[in-house]
Amino acid sequence: MSMLDEYAKVAGRDVIEHLRQLSEPLRGMKLVHVNSTRLGGGVAEILDKLVPLTRELGLDARWETISGEGEFFDCTKGMHNALQGIRVDIPPHLLEAYEKTNRTNAERLRSTLEEADFVFIHDPQPAPLHALCPNRRGKWVWRCHIDASHPHRPVWRYLRNWVKDYDASVFSLAAFAQSLPHPQYIVSPSIDPLSEKNMELGGDEVASVYERFELDPSRPLVLQVSRFDRFKDPVGVIQAYELAKKFVPSLQLVLAGGGATDDPEGEAVLNEVRATAELDPDIHVLLLPSDAHRTINALQRAAPIVLQKSLREGFGLTVTEAMWKGKAVIGGDVGGIRLQVINHHTGFLVNTPEGAALRIRYLLHQPDKLAEMGEKAQGFVRDNFLITRHLREYLTLMVALLHGAGDRIELG
Amino acid sequence: MVKKTLAADDPPEEFAVKDCALVAIATGRKALTAKELRDHLLAVEVGSVYHHFWGGLLHAHFEEREFNNDFAAWVKHGLHDSILAERLAMLDPTDYPDLEELRQEIVDLIDARLDESESLHWTRASQQFELARSQIVIFDTGNRLSQAGELVDLIPKLSASSIFYHLIDARRRLPEHGNDFSLWLLRFGEEYTDLRAELDGIDPYFGSLSELREQLTVMVHRHLAESAP
Repeated sequence: MSMLDEYAKVAGRDVIEHLRQLSEPLRGMKLVHVNSTRLGGGVAEILDKLVPLTRELGLDARWETISGEGEFFDCTKGMHNALQGIRVDIPPHLLEAYEKTNRTNAERLRSTLEEADFVFIHDPQPAPLHALCPNRRGKWVWRCHIDASHPHRPVWRYLRNWVKDYDASVFSLAAFAQSLPHPQYIVSPSIDPLSEKNMELGGDEVASVYERFELDPSRPLVLQVSRFDRFKDPVGVIQAYELAKKFVPSLQLVLAGGGATDDPEGEAVLNEVRATAELDPDIHVLLLPSDAHRTINALQRAAPIVLQKSLREGFGLTVTEAMWKGKAVIGGDVGGIRLQVINHHTGFLVNTPEGAALRIRYLLHQPDKLAEMGEKAQGFVRDNFLITRHLREYLTLMVALLHGAGDRIELG
Repeated sequence: MVKKTLAADDPPEEFAVKDCALVAIATGRKALTAKELRDHLLAVEVGSVYHHFWGGLLHAHFEEREFNNDFAAWVKHGLHDSILAERLAMLDPTDYPDLEELRQEIVDLIDARLDESESLHWTRASQQFELARSQIVIFDTGNRLSQAGELVDLIPKLSASSIFYHLIDARRRLPEHGNDFSLWLLRFGEEYTDLRAELDGIDPYFGSLSELREQLTVMVHRHLAESAP
């Protein structure tokens, strides 16, 4: 069975047929995606499925990665942080390493990229390739996956020089778009419903997390999956749990996330969370390896209520993942969470630990409402945030780029 | 007026089944106050008005929409001005001959409310409004209908985006904000007057496109089941 057939089972046959028809004018065209890694991270996860799906639609799609050494990645890590608003300046020697690495990679990739009909350059790492491939024949798109809504300006000005001459850029939210002299498309992130993180799991596998993490399956459980940093507000989640527990004494809380963090404050936040958790055996802090996708999947399926009480958020794919599993989500009233959590329908938006506690209590006392909201949440993700929608929008913008900047493009 | 120039005895033309896809483009214009929204509206590409009224139906949106356009939703939830939100929510784009007139009406409503409310001049929204526009790519599915009864089989199989194109996007394209189905049925003379009236009366804003498809399926079946091939 083809991948498209597999996705048709989840997203709907009409969705796949729509993709086939939309891709018709692009059949046989060469498309190259370039990023900096094949393993790890959201970009690689998406490309891992997006590229073969695009090939099944008849495009000659390839995925290339650039390679680099320590100083290159020190530089791009700094760029990543700076785009997210951290005031970090990048020393000239690291910028030199960045440009040199791109020159080296351009030597290797130039012929492939210059003959492509479309090139998607993902994030800052390979951004200079556009300027380093002067004989381009196709359309070049810079895809920014980072929350660049408030970038550190000196670093953005440097990067802007590399990306301003692209044919288009793509940002995940309109709020992230920057001043650039070309169309800036808005394409929301997506989840892959067939990945280990989101696939259906058997009841036994879901139930196994109770024993593994010493949880009581007969008592209510709330879960937040996120890194331990201030913006995810794990301390606020604990406060919400404590407030709700006065009314629901049997409540349990799981805070699950990776141990590693780029945030220097992360260690302090984790210590704070652990110190609080030690005083309450019903708070479970789980440090999981970065590849614990099935475990996260099972935890999200086991918990009746999922929280994402962020104080600042890019899109919030953990929200999407939980909603896909039929969970009502109590989320912070920020960023992309607002696009997903619709008050009283797919969950609740909250601004304080008190607000989160109130909604936990409400949902635990309204099991029918909880189930109804979970069902709506899953349908909402199916319609809007699966990888098939992501692919549709890429195909649409590719067709649009071939036909100019008009609002309406009529084919055939 | 296309409807009046079509004679009832014109030979029926084929109905070309089309489909479409939308992709959003940031305009870079962001508003935090009613005045900023007004000023941006005056300067932005008129396609942005289309996007925030109609495009939402094909972009990520929740099926049970509180308001029929993004401006009203932002004024309510960002600026917390219920009066202006309610007035904006009752705007029906089909009351205006084109998007420019609709744009002006939105601006007039904001101006009128600014005249009424001193506090709205300095109220800053709790979330900014980002004006966007859409590009719509329309493609021909190759499917053709020659008899009205064929709609009975076609409608349940139409994609959501095809429903959008023929029923909602058509309001922008056609005279009197019609829809492609009614326009085509007109070619059969008086035979389908009742069905056309029902099609013209559809209010598409508050349901999902799949609900709209179900509504159409029932409607078409009721009128055409006997003439289905």
